[in-house]
Amino acid sequence: MNDSLGAIVIVAALVVALLCLVAAIRNRPPDLSHYVGTALVEVAALVLTVVAVIAMIGGDRPTEVGTFVGYLFTFLALPPVAIALARLEPTRWGSVILTVALLVMPVLVARLNQIWEATGA
Amino acid sequence: MRDRLNSGPGLVLVIVYGIFALSAGARATVQIATKFDEAPEAYLLSALAALIYLVATIGLARGGASGRRLALICCSVELAGVLVVGTLSIADKAAFPDDSVWSVYGRGYGFVPLVLPLIGLYWLRRTARADRAAAVDHAQP
Repeated sequence: MNDSLGAIVIVAALVVALLCLVAAIRNRPPDLSHYVGTALVEVAALVLTVVAVIAMIGGDRPTEVGTFVGYLFTFLALPPVAIALARLEPTRWGSVILTVALLVMPVLVARLNQIWEATGA
Repeated sequence: MRDRLNSGPGLVLVIVYGIFALSAGARATVQIATKFDEAPEAYLLSALAALIYLVATIGLARGGASGRRLALICCSVELAGVLVVGTLSIADKAAFPDDSVWSVYGRGYGFVPLVLPLIGLYWLRRTARADRAAAVDHAQP
């Protein structure tokens, strides 16, 4: 899997997570900047997915393709679902929802990498 | 329906349970579809865990009396499951050849599977008490 794209997703998610955490601590609901930040993380995740899918079509794929694709779905679904839930909850807890979701993104990148590396090839 | 159960911290619980339902479900589906014969018990257990996470997510998200009941059952089964499977997986490694969500008390998932049902049960209890108090306030003019 593309390491630099993975690193970009991780760094972006952590930076935006920190901003959302600050909002939560200050007892603020997420504002537009937090939603845009989360959307940018989703864009980076989409780019990573497209590159990974192109690599898989080209024949470079993990042994457990099914597991990889399963995690990929969770990975792509998470930011939009977090945004939708946070908008339902325009309190500090909306900021916590975004923080939690964004902190899970680096974990998912690590899992995706792990599955990709376990090719045995 | 929005009530105390699925507001504020309750909605944070919804997304965490949702993440677990989705990733555990995807993993269990693949395990069962591609290598069921290798460890049928472990994979069925993974699928059961995923199902419990899914129903808990639905219960917590729906709120109301029925949602609360669903969530209460799921969190209780989940806690029992992670304790029993966690203990068995340490005592008898051979019985759990492939890691499930609940193996070694959910170590593979940063022990979140152990903490999550406790937080869920705490939240259910706390909101139930608050709802009862509100009902009493309402009854007294």
